[in-house]
Amino acid sequence: MRRNDSTSLFDRLFKPVTYTLSDGHQVTQKRSRLPLVLVLIVVATIVSGEVTGFSFSTLVRRIGYFFVILRDMFPPDWAYMPRVWQPLMDTIKMSLLGSFIGALLCIPFSVLCASNLIHNRFVTAFFKLFYSVVRTLPTLVIALIATYIFGLGTFAGTVAIAVFTFAYCGKILYEQIETADMGSYEALEALGMGRLSTIRYAIWPQVFPQFISTVLFCFEGNVRYASILGYVGAGGLGLILNERIGWMEYARVGMILIALFITVVIIETVSSYLRSKLI
Amino acid sequence: MDTHLTYAETLSREPRKWLMTMAIVLICLFLLAWSASAMQSNSTGGSGLSVAKGIVSGILHPTPSLLLTLGDDGVPYLLFETMAIAFLGTLVGAVLSLPFAFLGASNIVPKPVSIIIRLAVMAIRTIPAFVYGLMFIMVTGPGAFAGLLTMSTCSIGMLSKMFIESIEELDRGIIESLDAAGCNTFDKIRYGILPQLMPSFSSTLIYRFDMNLRDASVLGLVGAGGIGAPLMFAMNSYRWNDVGAILLGLIILVLLVEWVSSKLRTKLMRG
Repeated sequence: MRRNDSTSLFDRLFKPVTYTLSDGHQVTQKRSRLPLVLVLIVVATIVSGEVTGFSFSTLVRRIGYFFVILRDMFPPDWAYMPRVWQPLMDTIKMSLLGSFIGALLCIPFSVLCASNLIHNRFVTAFFKLFYSVVRTLPTLVIALIATYIFGLGTFAGTVAIAVFTFAYCGKILYEQIETADMGSYEALEALGMGRLSTIRYAIWPQVFPQFISTVLFCFEGNVRYASILGYVGAGGLGLILNERIGWMEYARVGMILIALFITVVIIETVSSYLRSKLI
Repeated sequence: MDTHLTYAETLSREPRKWLMTMAIVLICLFLLAWSASAMQSNSTGGSGLSVAKGIVSGILHPTPSLLLTLGDDGVPYLLFETMAIAFLGTLVGAVLSLPFAFLGASNIVPKPVSIIIRLAVMAIRTIPAFVYGLMFIMVTGPGAFAGLLTMSTCSIGMLSKMFIESIEELDRGIIESLDAAGCNTFDKIRYGILPQLMPSFSSTLIYRFDMNLRDASVLGLVGAGGIGAPLMFAMNSYRWNDVGAILLGLIILVLLVEWVSSKLRTKLMRG
């Protein structure tokens, strides 16, 4: 921001080109930053390639092995389906309850984050940092910690999903509150309404539809996420998925994945229909 | 319209939606009760609290040697490796998702084709990361290379979805006016399409890099390199101080990258 008036370092190093137009006016064009960006990307690519041991020849030579497991998944073992139902339902229930708890919890915290409602900069900065830190924690790590604290099972998975939803929806909610129109808020405040009822009648109606839409979107992703939480013992589809992979029963893995795919497609269709109705 | 309504009359004209609201609330309550029925956990026999205490104290007292050594197993190098995986993963993922993006955009190809491509993208997204991890370990053996490929495959879903959206928002008028000015196909792509797509594409890529860095811990599960594997080992053997050191490093790195990336993205969006 401070740099805006003076020329930036880049423009001082590489002088802008000056053209003289036919009527004597002089116009300057800043040098493109593209070459610099390209050089940086190429350097980063080479360094990363070295570090990760990327090799095209291996990839080309052995890419066939990628499809070994995939081929074994077809045809899927349809007879296994009856035993998929229960974990599948568990996964959906985990994400439903987790999304609900997370969404409910994030409302008060988001209000505390919004700088247009709370005028104490220390408080808003603290809660914003809190959200950022919670968001950096990988969901799988939270799930693993939850299984240590609450024991193996769906409850641990629900906690992990709730924490993720809390951080994700909370950030979007406080951004929406901060951009809400404050006119009606001030009007209600001038009428002598209390803090809470002002928020309830002036801010809440503005952010509510968008918030529900965010929660639905988060729920879609959570169903997908819930299916991997079982990997650390937090219940749901991941549990049997991990088990079948361990036994190398790939036909059954294929069945599980197809069931998950159909579920996700249905949920995404319903939820995107609901979201289009909301906005 | 009668404009001389009292406030009470105006209020009474408010649409009555209580039936709808009640129905929605009832459905939600029913769904919640239904999902609460599945909640179960094998009690840890009261050890949960001590574990929680261990985690908190571990995160507050991270192992300093792990945080500060520059060797292969120190946090700085692991973070560096994770960043390399996330960077190349995003780049390869972008290359992989470009064909999906152009074939899935309904203003370029006929509707049925775009629907099929979108379903394919959804199917790619459905397979969980650790299944991809296993598949790629068959190709490259365990290590960072497998992690990179897993990450790029997992990025396809989100990247091509966002790419499709920006392609569908392309302004055709600009291309038509270039046409009228007598530009050839190359000029049209260079001056008509690329300037429209570049900002949103790069913004998406920067955002995905951010996400990949966060998701890197998933890769550790299948032994595909990065900081995830040491983190999982440390957690499984209850070395909470090491967990604290790794998490601290990860949190700082992700916060830093998030800060830089949001700065870059606002700059891109403003043009």
